Amino acid sequence: MSGVEGYIYPNEVTLYWSVLIVLYPFITGLVAGAFILASLERVFSVEAVKPTYRLALLTALAFLLVAPLPLVLHLGHPFRSPEMYFTPHDTSAMAMFGYVYMWYLMAVLVFEIWLDYRREIVLLSQTSKGLLRLIYKVMTLGSSNVSARSLHIDDKVGWIVTLVGIPSAFLLHGYVGFIFGSLKANPWWSSPLMPVIFIFSAMVSGIAAVMLLYMATTKLRGLKIDMRCVDKVAMYMFYIFLIDFSLEMLDLVHRVYEADESFRSLNFLVHTKLYFSQIVVQICLGTIVPLVLLFLTQVVKLGEMARKRIYILSGSLALIGVLAMRWNVVIGGQLFSKSFLGYTTYKMALVTREGLLAAIGLTILPLLFLWALVKLLPPWPDKSLHEAATGD
Amino acid sequence: MSGMKDAGHLFRFAGLFVLAFLVFLVVRTYVVPKSFGEYGHYRGAAIGEIASRPIKFAGHQTCETCHADIADTKTKGAHAHVNCEACHGALAAHADDPMTVTPVKPDTAVLCAQCHTASAAKPKDFPQVDPADHSGGVPCETCHNPHSPIIGSDSGASAGSGSSAKTAKGGAK
Ligand code: HEC
Ligand code: HEC
Ligand code: HEC
Ligand code: HEC
Repeated sequence: MSGVEGYIYPNEVTLYWSVLIVLYPFITGLVAGAFILASLERVFSVEAVKPTYRLALLTALAFLLVAPLPLVLHLGHPFRSPEMYFTPHDTSAMAMFGYVYMWYLMAVLVFEIWLDYRREIVLLSQTSKGLLRLIYKVMTLGSSNVSARSLHIDDKVGWIVTLVGIPSAFLLHGYVGFIFGSLKANPWWSSPLMPVIFIFSAMVSGIAAVMLLYMATTKLRGLKIDMRCVDKVAMYMFYIFLIDFSLEMLDLVHRVYEADESFRSLNFLVHTKLYFSQIVVQICLGTIVPLVLLFLTQVVKLGEMARKRIYILSGSLALIGVLAMRWNVVIGGQLFSKSFLGYTTYKMALVTREGLLAAIGLTILPLLFLWALVKLLPPWPDKSLHEAATGD
Repeated sequence: MSGMKDAGHLFRFAGLFVLAFLVFLVVRTYVVPKSFGEYGHYRGAAIGEIASRPIKFAGHQTCETCHADIADTKTKGAHAHVNCEACHGALAAHADDPMTVTPVKPDTAVLCAQCHTASAAKPKDFPQVDPADHSGGVPCETCHNPHSPIIGSDSGASAGSGSSAKTAKGGAK
């Protein structure tokens, strides 16, 4: 059989968890990461990163809307997916995801965004025309109360929602790590560190994504990038990246030292089939290089241009590195036989339901959602709106 | 009182949640089948529905009431523990009405290979061959009696005769 080496059980020859299952934790990770960045500013009142606050929330929402799609595409039968809600299965972690997702989407993200934007929504429902006006009207839920007191209440409630949101974001993404970490039959996955590593790498990717999006949107709008903000965001990224890297190394050292019965097989895998995606892309290019670059920005006084370039480069590399990490977990965990005597190969399809094109589409889709959200709820202070408000 | 008024929009949002939840509950009563959860996490009525489907397999005891000769041969041979319908397929329809439903004879080139093709996943002591190499393209039943496959062990009740198999022995291995 082509692509198969050594001794492998018949049900291990083809990989069932495809590139879409790689994408799924990547996308949910961006959600959790972006949200946690927003929460930092909210809960600890970090003034400097304020320009990214709303953008981070909208990014989280755009990616969260897409997060279940890879699963739906992978499983097929989209009309069956509501059954997960209708007949909840409380002992299945996978079945419980629907509730975790719904909670996070509605009670945390949508609510927090609504509270934060309510003033603008009310103003826009009075100034815009046609269909948009109707949309904003619906979004006000029929209340145009933007008195100072009501906004103050919003702020207080929003703070509490953020506080609840942080454990929820950890839950959402910790859950994804848990799905893998709790599979005792698979030594590549089975590790209680898995959820923790997933959360920290999620934070790295989410922060990197928001940082890049902030720089890109500011450039596109022809404005000056607020370096104080980007410096701060990059600093967060650096520290969280450091924790993430230490955890991953801890996991690695633990595996090497423990050297249980799966070790030889996994070691062989890392040196052969996973060499490029794990050692080269994930660890060297996607972790060590951006870490060193970010470290430089922390200790050496660099010019603005140099810092910007470093942030763009290390942000992009970090995203690639985290995607590679998801790849190595999901695909890597299916490449070896549970007999530890054989290996198979993953052949990614191109135009099938679970192929590369579908994956690329699902990566672009959240950006389109984000574009629409930004149009609907501009994350930056809008001058004309303020004038309209005072002119009213 | 004015505090309540200024928090009014929050109640609207909460109301939306409650409304959505009520809609969910109503929809749920309609879409979840009545018998769901009766015995476990599935539709209880499914058991009855499956049980009422026509039976496809007759079971070897039924076959043996009419094909006693073959049953005799088989119980003495290496296939004693392989069921009739494992090779012949589901034949309840034939057992009910043997005159109108005549089973097709299995194609041995396909059938035997399903179980005996050599593979590392099979226990070492299970008899296995490389079908193409081993048979030289000749149907398995020319040398083996399917009902008592060890050559020379059968009583000549069915296909293949012991003597022709013996002459072919050299070429086959
Ligand atoms: C009620 C008696 C009866 C039962 C029970 C019965 N058979 Fe038969 N079977 C017959 C008769 C009679 C024939 C010959 C009919 C014919 O040649 O058309 C036959 C013929 C066959 C044939 C040969 C068809 C051929 O092409 O020569 C096979 C194979 C067969 N039966 C298998 C089975 C199996 C397997 C079972 C058990 C699931 C079974 N039979 C149960 C009566 C029965
Ligand atoms: C290992 C597979 C296998 C098993 C088990 C098996 N058969 Fe057969 N049987 C065959 C094959 C193959 C043929 C066709 C032989 C041929 O084409 O000459 C056959 C032929 C027959 C025939 C047609 C008459 C004949 O002798 O050629 C009858 C009747 C029959 N089987 C009944 C049964 C019954 C009853 C049982 C269970 C007691 C049974 N078989 C178990 C493989 C099997
Ligand atoms: C459903 C699976 C199955 C099918 C189909 C099947 N066999 Fe078998 N066969 C067995 C089993 C089980 C044994 C007994 C193995 C044992 O004793 O460990 C066996 C034993 C044998 C043996 C005895 C080997 C030995 O030296 O002990 C031969 C020869 C054989 N089969 C030939 C055939 C031929 C020819 C066919 C096609 C007509 C066939 N088998 C179809 C399962 C099957
Ligand atoms: C030309 C005659 C011939 C044909 C055709 C033939 N075999 Fe055999 N087969 C033999 C002989 C001879 C033996 C050795 C018998 C023995 O050692 O007792 C044998 C042995 C076997 C064994 C037992 C091997 C073992 O390791 O114990 C199996 C299984 C078997 N044959 C399956 C098949 C299958 C399946 C086919 C059809 C694809 C087939 N045979 C076709 C002649 C044949």
